[in-house]
Amino acid sequence: MKKTYIAPNIERNSAGNTNKYGAKSVVRYQDKIDGIPVKEIVEQFGSPVLVLSESQIRRRHRRLMDALQMHYPKVRLAWSYKTNYLGAVCNIFHQEGSCAEVVSGMEYAMARRLGIPGNEIIFNGPGKKRHELELAIREGARIHIDHLDELYLIEKIAQELDLVPQVAIRVNMDTGIYPQWDRFGFNYENGEAYRAINRIVSGKAMKIVGLHAHIGTFILDAQAYYYEAKALLELAQRMKDELGITVEYIDMGGGFASQNTLLGSYAPGEFISPSFDQYAEAIGAAFNESHFVSQNLPKLILETGRALIDEAGYLISSVVGKKNLPSGERAVILDAGVNTTITAWWYKLKVTPTRPFPGAYQNTIFYGPLCMNIDIMRPAVPFPDLQTGEPVLITPTGAYNNTQWMQFIEYRPPVVLISETGKLELLRPREELDDVIGREMIPEHLRSQ
Amino acid sequence: MNTEKLSNLAMNDNGFIFDPESGYSYTANETGIFILKRMAAGMKQQEIFEQLSEVYDVSEDNFNSDYSHYMLMLEALGLVAFEGGSLESGSE
Repeated sequence: MKKTYIAPNIERNSAGNTNKYGAKSVVRYQDKIDGIPVKEIVEQFGSPVLVLSESQIRRRHRRLMDALQMHYPKVRLAWSYKTNYLGAVCNIFHQEGSCAEVVSGMEYAMARRLGIPGNEIIFNGPGKKRHELELAIREGARIHIDHLDELYLIEKIAQELDLVPQVAIRVNMDTGIYPQWDRFGFNYENGEAYRAINRIVSGKAMKIVGLHAHIGTFILDAQAYYYEAKALLELAQRMKDELGITVEYIDMGGGFASQNTLLGSYAPGEFISPSFDQYAEAIGAAFNESHFVSQNLPKLILETGRALIDEAGYLISSVVGKKNLPSGERAVILDAGVNTTITAWWYKLKVTPTRPFPGAYQNTIFYGPLCMNIDIMRPAVPFPDLQTGEPVLITPTGAYNNTQWMQFIEYRPPVVLISETGKLELLRPREELDDVIGREMIPEHLRSQ
Repeated sequence: MNTEKLSNLAMNDNGFIFDPESGYSYTANETGIFILKRMAAGMKQQEIFEQLSEVYDVSEDNFNSDYSHYMLMLEALGLVAFEGGSLESGSE
């Protein structure tokens, strides 16, 4: 039998083969996910397929709770639906003790469909509509007010329904990070947040039960959370001193970085993303210094999504074809592109072969299958020569992919969960033509060619 | 194509290549070293393909495309020169 052919390659050796972090730039392979061979998953569900690991999700959740409770005992996590709102995924978090954090009427309905009661739902987001607010108020959800028009509207609905909504205000502030997120809620430094609180109190229609802030996303400086917690706790103290209102909880929002590597970052995410302990220490320090905390023990709520699930997601994608580029690089065309993996636009996703390779590597760029120049899954990375049809793992892809993915050019792939017992559970089958055009209508005069 | 430099290279079967003239060393994969050894012995593309296809499962089209790409790599490293170029000009 003839040997398997690989494309010829040669590279000049350079002194030492360690990079600046001491790690060898050797491409490691991974042929199993949670003990299940990648080959078996592809045989059963085809390629591409998005695989989530239940045990990794649960492990991350418990790890974060442990880290936070080392510093402050009264903690609750709220699962950020927008990060991944597959029902099975949300229920893993709810089973672990998270309440729901939703940012739209659609997400609110998703949480209710899973049986989450209104008072276990935090309703964030800048675009809440009247009918959505009415329902949330009737069901006792915690509504986080984003702007004054929303405040007036809630007041009006409360009077109409003769109910007292449980609300928090969203606060934005300078925590020393760039860019400063100032689009959500009311500003802290210029006094707008306190004025909004005063306005709520004078309206006598709602009850302020918490304070909320969401300082940004993929925050690489844990210290920013110290400043955030400090500002929110100072505001809480002022509310108590001047208005006699004691809030029940401080919601720190989300934004913890995962181990992914941002496109512009030189160092890999594993090295620069803060650990759960570093985030917990920063928040814990502010809480333990605070007079308000020592007197009132408010609940600490965190809505961080990405850091809890990103690493639990693996996209298995296979090689459709290869070509040599005039730049000297090799191009590999995969069967999944930015349509399924939108995070490829802001991360250097890791591509891992699923079998060992001997010998030299060549700079390889990974394209998706879309007929678009922007469809790049991973810019050039030293990689062994893959065979057509061979699967690779694209990681981490658990966060923001199957909520933001596009129905564009291709059908969206199936999503599979590996349960804690090692069972493969289909969460969402591969799309078919009906899923794409099922709701489309063609007027009578355009029904024939 | 000028391939005279190749005959001075020390190549072993594992893909390690040493250029005594420049002091540079290179690593080639198994097909890379297969082709290089035959080029150093003066074989042409067609002849190399015939020998390679006896050992490896590869079509002529596939080989020809990879072969031209491989020549570009060798040229970039200054190991071969195309018509009109000199062996020195390609080295970094």
